[in-house]
Amino acid sequence: MSAARGTALLQVRNLRISFGSLAAVRGADLTIYRGETHCVVGESGCGKSVTALAVMGLLARNAVREADRLVFDGQDLLRLSESQLSRLRGDRMAMIFQEPMTSLNPAYTVGSQMAEVYRRHRGGSRAEALDRAEDLLAKCRVTSPRLRLGQYPHQLSGGLRQRVMIAMALMCDPELLVADEPTTALDVTVQAQILRLLMDLQRDLGLALMLITHDLGVVARMAHRVSVMYAGEVVESAPAEHLFGNPTHPYTRGLLACVPVPGKVRRDQPLGAIPGVVPRIGPRFEGCAFRDRCGQARPDCARTVAWQANGEHGYRCVLPPDWTGPASLAA
Amino acid sequence: MSAPAIELRGLTRHFRVKTGLFGEVRHVVAVDGVSFAVPAGGVLGVVGESGCGKSTLARVILGLLPPTSGDVLVDGQRLSTLDRRARARLIQPVFQDPFSSLNPRRRIRDIVALPLVAQGGIAEAEIRRRVDEGLERVGLDPTMGERLPAQLSGGQRQRVAIARALELRPRIVICDEPTSALDVSVQAQILNLLAELRRDLGLTYLFISHNLAVVEHVATEVAVMYLGRIVERRPTEALFAAPEHPYTKALLASVLTPEPGLGIPDVGLGDLMPDPANIPPGCRFHPRCPAALDRCRTEPPQPRTGRGIEVECHLATV
Repeated sequence: MSAARGTALLQVRNLRISFGSLAAVRGADLTIYRGETHCVVGESGCGKSVTALAVMGLLARNAVREADRLVFDGQDLLRLSESQLSRLRGDRMAMIFQEPMTSLNPAYTVGSQMAEVYRRHRGGSRAEALDRAEDLLAKCRVTSPRLRLGQYPHQLSGGLRQRVMIAMALMCDPELLVADEPTTALDVTVQAQILRLLMDLQRDLGLALMLITHDLGVVARMAHRVSVMYAGEVVESAPAEHLFGNPTHPYTRGLLACVPVPGKVRRDQPLGAIPGVVPRIGPRFEGCAFRDRCGQARPDCARTVAWQANGEHGYRCVLPPDWTGPASLAA
Repeated sequence: MSAPAIELRGLTRHFRVKTGLFGEVRHVVAVDGVSFAVPAGGVLGVVGESGCGKSTLARVILGLLPPTSGDVLVDGQRLSTLDRRARARLIQPVFQDPFSSLNPRRRIRDIVALPLVAQGGIAEAEIRRRVDEGLERVGLDPTMGERLPAQLSGGQRQRVAIARALELRPRIVICDEPTSALDVSVQAQILNLLAELRRDLGLTYLFISHNLAVVEHVATEVAVMYLGRIVERRPTEALFAAPEHPYTKALLASVLTPEPGLGIPDVGLGDLMPDPANIPPGCRFHPRCPAALDRCRTEPPQPRTGRGIEVECHLATV
């Protein structure tokens, strides 16, 4: 799997995003390679969606974004003007969301929206653009694609809308597809089908897929590489087999213990749980944000904690990689 | 042998909805002839996708909606013969969204006290004592009682909803997607709390969820619902070990466990979502069923029972 890995497509170094007195992202590092699915996983408020929006240049106006590096295929995104950025967006990098109606305009047919994206970036005739749209709908396994071009979003089911949104994101052959919880609102059987589609498209088109999710099951099945976020930081990052085989940060271990797994977790035993709540953190916060919930906390956790890396597996914690003991405080 | 905690006999609930510009009336069959019994102290997990009728089922059992036909018996008594206060003492709900199920303008203490106040005739000091006790039982400090819902996290709010549900010491709690809006670490806390309360208070749960892994963890028995009918019902372990109904098989295949390298399964159901206003003839699952035969298109399968299995499928082996 890692042999097929290409070069870095997106590099994020020390990304910081704040909204007033709230530090949403506090020095996140991410590298997304060509042709790889990179899952960013964490619970609500960990900063995963905001990180994705920052990459796309889609943050709300009251957000303050700073970074040491934010580079997409050699271009410094921090120096691009809004118009240069909008030329990249929808063309070489595209994004899909949990709610398809975020991307689809209810007042236009599927065909005209898809054609517009293509013609804005690539020009060409409407007929050409519609042909491409039809091909992509078929590739996204939309039934009767020609017919769909003339339909409005409200005439489609939830699963179909999701497919149309994916097809639209692919109109200009992006190198990076950012997907923010694309299947969270769907029923389980439909979720499986949409994920299968994304996995096939990623592989067939050689996409770099940045998949934002809270669901560790989705991560395990989709990811080549995983970054776990907690309270605005990346606390662990590793190839998927390493992360699930040898989770190291106490938060990662704690989170994995919380997931009920049919046939694996004794039904008469309580699930692992992480007592307490995710802290709300200001920009001046220092040290490990997990320390108040951690079963292994010690005094030096209150100081800046260094990133430890062992090959491709890294984590931000003072513990050695082979530590043992409870990951979180007892309930 | 005591009466089952919950018993449904041919429960049906229809809705009339007006659709389109000219208000054409259509019948939505949300729950269609559901019968089952949940023994005292058991946990029946009800699983199914959106529109299968599981939430309507919960609302009918709670007495929030009258059935179109059929009966609900709670603790051996016909629900329709009980008044609201008596019903509240027997059966209580915990809903999905702790953000909308708590009145944002009332203090936590008053929210938890409401069922006691509604019963009438309980002294204020007694209410105060029971609210403190109730908050402690769900792992909240009684001082939280002075706060407003907005000052609590999602998990804490769900604890408040559970405390409120237990104030009258009901025998039965209907949990409708109680952890679906919560983060995974908080979900685990709430599931553990529900398990502990059931053990300590001898509660019976009807546990409705779309998350099969969660249901597997909490339920003693599972009912799979599809377009208003229970298509398979059996003890949890047996259902997960050897599902009979093709829909159950597809649901189980869709569970994504955190095991890398397994990929995403092909559940083979297609995108065609079931529509309760337009129930197909024959077996209602046949348009999505990968194993459908000709007779499935015309002939509705009858419930079959055997070996502790209850299943509605022409292909079933019982």
